[in-house]
Amino acid sequence: MTELKLQSLKKTYGSVAALAGVGLTVPSGSRTAIVGPSGCGKTTLLRLIAGFDTPDDGTIAFDGETVASFEEQVPAHRRNVGIVAQDGCLFPHLTVADNIGFGMKADRATKLAKASELMEMVGLDRAMLSRKPDELSGGQQQRVALARALACRPRLMLLDEPFSALDTGLRAATRKAVSEVLSAAGITTILVTHDQAEALAFADQLAVMRAGNFSQVGAPRQVYARPVDAETAMFLGEAIVLPAVVGQGRADTPLGSLAVDDASYTGKTQVMLRPEQMTLQQSDTGAAVIGEMVFSGSTCEVLVTLEGEGGPSFRLDIPSLSPLASGDRVAISVSGAAHLFR
Amino acid sequence: MSSIADTRAPTVPHRRMPAATSWTLSIAVVVALLSLLPLGFVIWAGIVTGWDTAVQLIFRGRVGELMVNTVLLILITIPICAVLAVTLAWLTERTDLPGARLWSWLAVVPLAVPAFVHSYAWLGLWPGLNGLTAGVSISVVAYFPFLYLPISAAFRLLDPALEDQASSLGLPPFAVFRRVVLPQLRLSLCGGALLIGLHLLSEYGLFAMIRFDTFTTAIIDQFQSTYNGVAAYMLALVLVACCFVLLGLEAALRGRRRYARLGPGVARQVRKVRLGFWKYPALILPLGVAVFSLGIPSLTLGRWLIAGGAEIWRTDEVWLALWQTLVICIIGGIATAAAAVPIAWLSVRRPTPASRFLEGCYYLASSMPGVVIALALVTVTIRVILPLYQTVATIAIAYVIMFLPRALVSLRASIAQVPVELEQAATSLGRSPGNALWSTTVRLAAPGAAAGMALASLGIMNELTATQMLAPNGTRTLAMAFWALTSEIDYAAAAPYAVLMIVFSLPLTLLLHHHSKKIAGR
Repeated sequence: MTELKLQSLKKTYGSVAALAGVGLTVPSGSRTAIVGPSGCGKTTLLRLIAGFDTPDDGTIAFDGETVASFEEQVPAHRRNVGIVAQDGCLFPHLTVADNIGFGMKADRATKLAKASELMEMVGLDRAMLSRKPDELSGGQQQRVALARALACRPRLMLLDEPFSALDTGLRAATRKAVSEVLSAAGITTILVTHDQAEALAFADQLAVMRAGNFSQVGAPRQVYARPVDAETAMFLGEAIVLPAVVGQGRADTPLGSLAVDDASYTGKTQVMLRPEQMTLQQSDTGAAVIGEMVFSGSTCEVLVTLEGEGGPSFRLDIPSLSPLASGDRVAISVSGAAHLFR
Repeated sequence: MSSIADTRAPTVPHRRMPAATSWTLSIAVVVALLSLLPLGFVIWAGIVTGWDTAVQLIFRGRVGELMVNTVLLILITIPICAVLAVTLAWLTERTDLPGARLWSWLAVVPLAVPAFVHSYAWLGLWPGLNGLTAGVSISVVAYFPFLYLPISAAFRLLDPALEDQASSLGLPPFAVFRRVVLPQLRLSLCGGALLIGLHLLSEYGLFAMIRFDTFTTAIIDQFQSTYNGVAAYMLALVLVACCFVLLGLEAALRGRRRYARLGPGVARQVRKVRLGFWKYPALILPLGVAVFSLGIPSLTLGRWLIAGGAEIWRTDEVWLALWQTLVICIIGGIATAAAAVPIAWLSVRRPTPASRFLEGCYYLASSMPGVVIALALVTVTIRVILPLYQTVATIAIAYVIMFLPRALVSLRASIAQVPVELEQAATSLGRSPGNALWSTTVRLAAPGAAAGMALASLGIMNELTATQMLAPNGTRTLAMAFWALTSEIDYAAAAPYAVLMIVFSLPLTLLLHHHSKKIAGR
């Protein structure tokens, strides 16, 4: 159980600032997900926490004990930070058992016993202990990598896009298994990913990263519903951003007058709605028209265009059994308040 | 899926080998049979000699002495070369050593200096040099690049993420090196060590010059003094047995596992280790190696060239030797590359157990010492097809046997880089199969063929043992002339030949270095 605290971390590669003064607190035993597009500095941040790289400025502290700063650097092998990389990074020359026992300081029998215990914990068959990594599937390799990291009882676990090499079905299952194992062990965890659904599902705390900085940090629901700007909103999922004139807790938008979540604001701005707030209803007097429809199994993606000169259009998923068809005129009803960007 | 298989089944009742493949396979088989001739010869010699005579000739004091010399030479030289090569490769590839690129080139350049020229150079400084110590020292200097090349390439290919992973699991840096880096270097270590071992077994000039007896020098002594086969044949039998022991050891140590990076993704660029205080003291190692492997030859050659003045450049003789060497190199290089084409093509495009077996035959044949190959070809031509004795054809066959794998490696790599889809695309655009092959695969694989030819030529240029025994009458290559003159203790007159060999080998050696970098993707 370790609390991680980052303060104004900076790291520059050549002329590119990978991290431009990042600060973050990860409470003990909690799970934090860091999301952001590729190249935003997520992996650099993990490498600094693990001790593979040194920050140019700022500090990293575990439970108040500084492990990296301008003056001092605790080397990676003394930090006791577990890391599970994108491709598992198993040692190809060792068996699964030797991989898991790699960092443990114990005799062979103890290592083997612990390894089989951990195999069970991550949901793998003990019979696999004698196999070499190239005889395992991607998901199995990932679980072995987790077991290997857990074997050292790390103070902190770093997951660097550990599920992105897996195919969709396996991905959800592996994520669930990993998150259960980590919860049971009560290990402070940081997950880095570019997949927002994964981040939202996994984390207690979500940090959205952009160009070397956190644009927003908070609980997943809060960040999803009340993003700081349109870009953050879009990164976490489909968002419909509309121009609005706001006053007295209501916004005048192309969709009509909507309640907003910030009553104190007055003036011209933008508001955001999530697609799940909207319902379409066939109506000859409706203000919108359905354009293109794309069938994708259980749902249909429809293009909705509001009437009027340059009326905004957006895409929504509707149940594919819905009777709506291309060219239909619809009325849009909105549930909940629109989120206002200040 | 099954419906697709069903619809196809009737149209292709049973697969027949395309004509091109069967032709290629036949040629590859013929080349393999030819390559195995020396091995067959040794076995034949053992059988005709008869058990009693063989036992008498093999189990005697002289053979014991040679065996002790050979075993000690190998057991001492290879570990020294391995430690030296790993340290140098680590310094040049993984640290911020000043001038790392330069040192990396300098660690490969000794290959351009023929082994016997190293001996000549050391004798120039220390005339009394002889015995095991001298043999080991000169061998280390002459052969460590065979380990340095693959190990430095392997260092470049290692995935640094594995090392990061190991240190995050609590391993201090040296333990990471021992438990993660070294095991992954095992393949290169085994391969390089085998190559050095085989060279130690087959080298003649280096050891003859410092009067250190090995099986090869003893066989040539026998051959030159008596022309009497049997004793030489039996020594050759023991020598071949030694080769097999090395090959077996290497196969056992190498194991069968792949050590490459698992999973998808590109390995991250390696971060250099900061040497800190050791940055400049560390220079002593590459500097010392360069002094011994390049400084000594330069010093001795320079001294003899100055002492000899213009007189030693007896131009007509020197240029004639150069001309003859180049002709032999070109003929041998082309023959070797051409002989490698069928198997290279088969092993990339039609890999089967048969093609792998054939490849194994070539490698096995080329690991036979030059002296055994020459002895076999001499015996066979004299006894069976006399008109071929001491002809260009025979010596070309010897070179093909010795150097085919060198050409094969480059050729195969470049054919593998030309996807068969390109050829198919050309065919779909209306080219005939032959034309498609020519305009895609052959065009794109040409640089690889050229590199293979160059590597074979490098071997031929510096080859002494077999060339001496097989070359047509009147032929005098640079190596032969150099050897003849040093045997007459005319060290000054020998110097120009050595210089020419080095000058012509140098570009090829640098090509080799470049190639190893390219294979590693840098």
